[in-house]
Amino acid sequence: MLDARTLPQSRPTRRLVLAAGWLVLLGLAAMLAPWIAPKDPLAQDLFLGRLPPFWITGAEPGYYLGTDSLGRDVLSRILYGTRVALTVALIAGTLTCLIGATLGLLAGYLRGWADTLISRFIDIWMAFPPVLFSILLVAVLGPGLISIIIAIVVIDWTRFARVIRAEAMTQGAMDYVASAQVAGRGRFGIMLTEILPNVLPTILVLLTLEMGIAVIVEAILSFVNLSISTDDPTWGGMISEGRASVHQAWWVLVFPLITLFLTVLAFSQLGEGLKTRYDPVLR
Amino acid sequence: MSYLAIHNLSLRVKGTPHRLLRAVSLDVAAGEVRGLVGESGAGKSMIGRAILGILPHAVEIIAGSITLGGTDLLALPPTRRRTLIGATCALIPQDPLTALNPSRRIGPQITDRLVDILHWSRTDADARARALLNEVQIDDAPRVLRAYPHELSGGMRQRILIASAFAAEPKLIVADEPTTALDVTVQKQILKLIATMQARHNTALLFVTHDLGVVSKVCQNLSVLYAGLIVENASTPDFFRAPAHPYSRALLAATPKYTDPLGALTPVPAAVLAGMTAEIAAADKAWSDA
Repeated sequence: MLDARTLPQSRPTRRLVLAAGWLVLLGLAAMLAPWIAPKDPLAQDLFLGRLPPFWITGAEPGYYLGTDSLGRDVLSRILYGTRVALTVALIAGTLTCLIGATLGLLAGYLRGWADTLISRFIDIWMAFPPVLFSILLVAVLGPGLISIIIAIVVIDWTRFARVIRAEAMTQGAMDYVASAQVAGRGRFGIMLTEILPNVLPTILVLLTLEMGIAVIVEAILSFVNLSISTDDPTWGGMISEGRASVHQAWWVLVFPLITLFLTVLAFSQLGEGLKTRYDPVLR
Repeated sequence: MSYLAIHNLSLRVKGTPHRLLRAVSLDVAAGEVRGLVGESGAGKSMIGRAILGILPHAVEIIAGSITLGGTDLLALPPTRRRTLIGATCALIPQDPLTALNPSRRIGPQITDRLVDILHWSRTDADARARALLNEVQIDDAPRVLRAYPHELSGGMRQRILIASAFAAEPKLIVADEPTTALDVTVQKQILKLIATMQARHNTALLFVTHDLGVVSKVCQNLSVLYAGLIVENASTPDFFRAPAHPYSRALLAATPKYTDPLGALTPVPAAVLAGMTAEIAAADKAWSDA
């Protein structure tokens, strides 16, 4: 039996290593921000406004990625912004996943009235334009970290519910589910021990994608000044401020943008990498 | 005394007048092997699924009764029905590739019902699983029990499904085209294995297939199904000697011959099909009048 089917998994792919590496780096940056940030992210110094990054003449030592128009250190603000971004990604992503996947699983496996109810609800929900809906929500709830998380969960659970419902339906039609039913197993037992493990790789991929999306949504809300209080540095807020002075100081816009881009990419690639590594069928 | 008695069972697609089974009555005695043959879509599998309580979501039972060892299944509350079926019946499914859960190890998939329904201890159930694998000629049972389905071949998986079906010493097994998805060479072995296991355990077997050759080897009796209507019940030797119904005769004539493998195919004659259409119309009229 020791042949290609049982060969031990080879080393993690480069994609997985790079994605996970970047996210670990971000995690460290978020946790250690007060110690590793070269400057106070809120300290303004109008004499040091719009300093360029270190490799351009006119840079000041200690301000590695330059300063914005108020003289605040870009690198330090990115590091502190990581805290908001990752908090939102982890909490909002996980909550969205739990709610959406549970409803999707129930609809896809139980079918009947549960499916009708949940599916119609999803249809109605998805008819709202998501960005406007989230802006409206945050406007009503008031700015703040918790409002952002609620807004993301409320908008995005449908993504999970839809995909997991379809997946659960496919799995539910497999003969192994019929065998389990004939063996006298209860419906919820089958859902948890037979269906869920086979849907898990999909859930995992969606979860990591969702974390990336949560980072983007948080940035969008910061961009329109509806995120947490305007004093706290966020990537979206920095991009918004940088946009105003892009001709004089492009670095204020570009560095947070690159960080945001890499983070969202890392989340999605992490999902893909984990799927190919741990999916029992693809494996 | 028959162990399984189906009486006037009618199924339809939910919300439509379209009937999938038309007042089907069928008996299977304890230890009997009955073949259920017919074309695709005749409703063979639906009968098996109705017995086991695994009809597709879109199909419902509109009339009739299914009696298992004297108990009317359809009158039982769902949970009691489920445990009764779990304790007395089993399924050998068609496709061994999808009939085992890819993310669970083989062992628990065989012993599930022993532990859940019959409340065996883990140790006893594991010992039983090893014994069963030996019975279906799988060496190295401890290792196979710890394997995942994708590590095993199709034939091996079908053996495991057979072992699993016999795990709780069921009174009735529904085999739903158990050899259709296998290579021809493996088919013969699996067929022989099912027959051997059936004889040893004296289990009633409802053998769903479209292959009359398979029926002639395995089944004592057979029922021919056309468009949800039982056309003929007969003992296998009688059927192959002299099928009573015109459709049965046409079906038998349509089987390709070993002696003339390149010969022209014999379709079911139009007159026979017209006769069947009339029979179906009569059955549906009787149904709507009642």
